[in-house]
This record gives sequence, structure tokens and C-alpha cells, in this order.
Amino acid sequence: MKVFRLSQTELDNMVQQWSQNRRVYRPAADRQQSAHADCAPGWERVAGSAPLTMAVGPPKTSVKTFLFPQPETMQTFSLKSSDPDKALMKEPEKLTEKQIVAGLRPCDARSVMLNNLPYREDPFYQANLARTVMVGFTCSAMCATCFCDQVGGSPMGTEGLDIAISQIDGSFVAEVLTPAGEELTAGLDLAPADDTDINALAARRAASPQVDSAKLAALKGRDLNRLYEAPLWKPLGESCINCGACTFNCPTCYCFDVQDEVVRGYGRRIRYWDSCMFPLYSLHTSGHNPRGRKMQRTRNRFMHKLKYFPDRYGPFSCVGCGRCVQDCPVNIDIREVMSDLLTVE
Amino acid sequence: MPTINEKLTEEIRAKAKALLAEGTVAAVIGYARGSLPMTVKPTVVRTADDCGKLVWNSFCVLNLANYLPEVLKSVEPPRGPRDPKPEGPLPKVAVLATGCWSRNIVVQTQEHQVDRDRVMVMGVASRGMVSRRKVEANFAGREILAVEELDHDLVVKGADFEEKINRWSMVRDNCHTCTHPDPVLVDVRIGEPASERKNPNPFQQVDDIEKKSNDERWAWFTSEFATCIRCYACRNACPLCYCPTCFVDDAKPQWVGKSLDAVDTGLFHLLRAYHCAGRCTDCGACESVCPMGINMRMLTKKLNKDVLDLYGMEAGMQPGSPLPLTTYATNDPQKFIVTEAGAVKEGE
Repeated sequence: MKVFRLSQTELDNMVQQWSQNRRVYRPAADRQQSAHADCAPGWERVAGSAPLTMAVGPPKTSVKTFLFPQPETMQTFSLKSSDPDKALMKEPEKLTEKQIVAGLRPCDARSVMLNNLPYREDPFYQANLARTVMVGFTCSAMCATCFCDQVGGSPMGTEGLDIAISQIDGSFVAEVLTPAGEELTAGLDLAPADDTDINALAARRAASPQVDSAKLAALKGRDLNRLYEAPLWKPLGESCINCGACTFNCPTCYCFDVQDEVVRGYGRRIRYWDSCMFPLYSLHTSGHNPRGRKMQRTRNRFMHKLKYFPDRYGPFSCVGCGRCVQDCPVNIDIREVMSDLLTVE
Repeated sequence: MPTINEKLTEEIRAKAKALLAEGTVAAVIGYARGSLPMTVKPTVVRTADDCGKLVWNSFCVLNLANYLPEVLKSVEPPRGPRDPKPEGPLPKVAVLATGCWSRNIVVQTQEHQVDRDRVMVMGVASRGMVSRRKVEANFAGREILAVEELDHDLVVKGADFEEKINRWSMVRDNCHTCTHPDPVLVDVRIGEPASERKNPNPFQQVDDIEKKSNDERWAWFTSEFATCIRCYACRNACPLCYCPTCFVDDAKPQWVGKSLDAVDTGLFHLLRAYHCAGRCTDCGACESVCPMGINMRMLTKKLNKDVLDLYGMEAGMQPGSPLPLTTYATNDPQKFIVTEAGAVKEGE
């Protein structure tokens, strides 16, 4: 593994150099700028020489938008009677152009790995994963809403990143972790980090909040199925307005719906984000809805993240970024739900 | 000296407790403390003992009328879809209501969503609710860990700062322009009544957008809604939105596309706003709950202006009268009807 030391200027130059022949995205500095047609809400394409500075905590919207775009074209077709290929489903042109996401946090990087568990055979996710290089910033401070250490992550974690950049005493130490990361740094005139930097980074990592294994094990050890009818769900369901603010901004919510859109005889089959908070999500063709009540939908979000997903794949489907906590209009706080689930009988 | 809100909180707790203890109501809809600074949790209290968790402060931005139909239903004795309505009066529900929320209860009554006889309105005069987003923008780049509310100031605290800011300067835009802070329905009064506020032009923000050229207005519209993620928090926070199936969820016919295409997103917002025409009380819940900070309220505010201009009406201000757009009067203005003469005149 190569480790480099960069000043703010060197870091900005490096990002700028990448942006000359690749698409590089960063968290948007302000809301209006993120309106680029090729870009997800909350992110902007790097153009020009604006310095890359990171606010404390994760960016407003998560990295999932690059791997699980909203919407994604799965197939295209023509409905023109003059077309010999009428109604024939075709694969859309494959996107292979590399994109660099610069400025994600360890929580988001970890979410890419977690979503890769259910999506390991999903050709669309895999194609996006293969063409995306992730350059992240470790966290020297946590927000009041951050809780990565309670769900199996760490503010100094590097899982899922190609390059991890840590700020040490006003300059940056970049750890190049994967071949994709090496490709990005190859040929650049970068100064290797010396032992002092590497020791400082190791010390920072050792001193940072570590995974709270005891709490993790305690919650995993709980039989949440037994709490399916627990009274704690009722007030949650009653206050929840069943919007998708939590699920859409959640990096580890990966549900989608599929629909055909036809404009002037040409169609595309798209998949777009869906949310288990919406009644339509679980509505059957018969008209029956197994999660017809608000409380059932609210409960499902937590049960999926804390019970069904770990039962099937191991880890919780939550990286502790705190976006749902910040964005929930009615202050439903997953940390409170987790501690209730630990204590309630 | 307790603050205004501390006194209101005490009064709310005491009166809610009495209503529940004497069996006047089966539930009280109010707010409980939130887990983050500047947040509160909408809460339904069903026992007198639970009333201690009710709070009142400047961060009660959600419209509690939104919960009323569902909570009313929840206190009814359970019955099947074809069972007859039980005899005798059904249990009542008390709800905290400011000026705009009480006007929404009027609209809900006019639209037969709520039985007025079953609602006990605990009326609180609003002093204007604070926009969490404005406070956060004021401290951009610094994390707010606690906000203490005084009568006219907010004390904002972080890890390494503590600053006092004027409360009114952080109040939401809709509360700034509001002229009816006092509830129009009051069954149980909380605190003192407030008089009507004077505002020479509550529609200044709308006027500013109207003054723009077509191109500028289009630029405003496209950039304002560009970051929408279609989470529908605006729709779900709105007490006017109670259709069993929303037009965006209809599949046959499909009125609006599902992706983040600017046309679909724009159409959703325009249609949502039009569905609120003549019914919106400018409570600001839609704007307050938007995770992306979109000012979609400008659309409904424009329609409120039009309804006031055309029909001289403000939603929920005339409890006895029908809603302006669901009734017909022979003297209704008909400027919108395009005539040949009008078209020629327009083209000149």
C-alpha cells in the first residue's frame, strides 16, 4: 500500500487533474450548483479549481445515487409499427466511462459494500461499481447524529474506499488501498508520507471510536421477532407520516420498483427508488396489502435493517450516517429505537 | 421566571390531563421533546399520566391537524367495514391548534374529513415557529448541539461557541407573513389570545417572482425543484392530502412519471399545489419537512393570493361557508374564460 502526503493545494491539483479526463463528483458546495443535468441532487461535477473542503459529517445525500441511480434504464424498446424490432426489449448502451466520487465518508463507503451483498449478482449495480472509484475522507470528528461505531463501522474506517484521505495537522495523508486507487495516483508527482505521518495516522486510528462490539452482539442476540408486537411500535407508527425522507437519503436502502415509460413510440424500462414507507410498495395485485397500516410500514424499516438483513447477510443494514435522524420530519431516531429494542421486554 | 413557552407547556399538560382524567376526550394530539436540538415529536397521549411528556416551543413546525382524522378513527370502537356506526356519540379527541392549524380543522370539517363535534380544539396563539434550516444556515459549518429558547432570543450552543440570536429573525417565512396567529376555533384556550397581525403585503415573495420575466421565472422554477428526491414528505405532512390513492401513485392511468426527470418532478409539485388551491392555510409544514430545503410553498402561496384576489377568501377563515372552489356563485369572476375579444386584446 502506498501512502502519500499532500498539502491542500496538492490535493486540489490532484482532483483537478483527474477531472480533466474523467467525471469527478464532489458534495455540492451549495444547493443550486447541484442542478447539473448529469448529477444527483446534493452532488456536483468538479469543474474549475474550487478547493475540496469537507464539512464535518457525511454529505447531504449519499453515494448510492452513483451506484444505484434514480432512475436507471434497464431496457429500451420501440413501439413504432414501422420498426422491424417493434416491442423487442434491448439492452441499453453500457456505461463504462470511469467516474470518481471524491469526498465520501467511511460510512458511505461501507454502505457500498453492504449493498453489494444483496446486489452481488445484479448486473447494473456491478457495472456501476466497476466504473466508480471512491476517494473518501476519514472523519477526525463525529457529528452528534453520527453513530457508525454502534453499527459496525468506524470514523477512521477505510472499507470500500479506493483512496482514503485523512487530515493530519493541516495537511493530508492519502492511503492508496486498491489497484483502482493506484491507477489514479500513478504518474502524479506525489510525495510519499514519512514515518511521522504514518505513525500519526496509526495513532489517530487507534484513538478513534472503535466498533462497540458488546452492543452489536447484544442487539444481534435479541430475538426481535418476539418484539414484533411490542408496544414501542405503536407511537412510532402513529407519528410517522410515511414519507420517504429516511429511505431515500439512506445509503443502505436499496429497494426499487420497475416501470415502462413510453414517449412518442419509444420506451424504456426503468428501475427507480421505492420506499417501504409507501403503501404502494407492498400492495398486491389482488388489492390486499400485507402492510396496509402505517405502523406496519414503520416497523418494517427497522426490522429490515436490524433483523431480516443481518439474518440473511450478517451485518446490520445501517452504517450510522445519521441522515434519517437529521431528516425525519417527526424525529424518529433509529438510535432510540435500537436502545428500546435492547431494553424492552 | 419561567419563559412564555414553559408557562404554555405547563398549561397544556394541566388541561390535557384534566380532559383525559375526566373522560372528556380519549386522546390528546400534541408534541413531545425531540432527540435533536430544534426538533419535537408529534405525539398522541391517551392517559392522564402521560401528559407530562407534552411540550410547547418554537419548533412545532408540523401541522397537528394532519393527524386528526386518523387519531379520531383510532379511538372509535373497532368495527368491520360493513358494520353500522355504533349508537351514541363517539369518543372525542383534543388537538393543539394555532391559527393556521385551526383553519385546517375548519377545512377538514368543510370537506367532511373530521366531525367537528368530536374535536376539542386546544387553541394556542402562535408566536411564529422557528425554521431549523434558517438557524442552521446562520451557523453554517458549525455543528449546533443545543438550542435554548428564551422569550425573544435563542441561545445556540456548539462544542466551542455559545451565541444569542433574535428569535423573530429565525422565524419561518410563512409565520413572518402570517396575519392570523390566533386560532379561529377554540374549545379550550391555552395562554392569551393574540390580535391580528398587520402586514401591508403578505404576498411580497410571490410578487417578487411574478415580477420576473418568463425566462427568469422558469430559471427560478427549475432550479428550485432541481434537488427534489420525490420523497413526498411535503405531501404527507399536509393536512389537505388525504386521498386514499394519490395521483402520483396511480398506475392506470399514470398521470406522472416516477423518475427524477425535471418534467415529472415539476408536474408533481404543480399538481400538488393546485390540489391545495382555496384550501391551503400557509401553515408551512411542506417547506419545514422537506429534507432538501425546497421552497415549494411559493406555489401554494401564489394560489392563496389568486383565491383571495378572485373570491375574497382565505381558507378556513369562514367556518360556516363553503370552500371557494367547490361552490358556484353567479357573480364568480370569469376572467379566466378565453374569449375571442379577450384573445385579440391580449395579443395587442
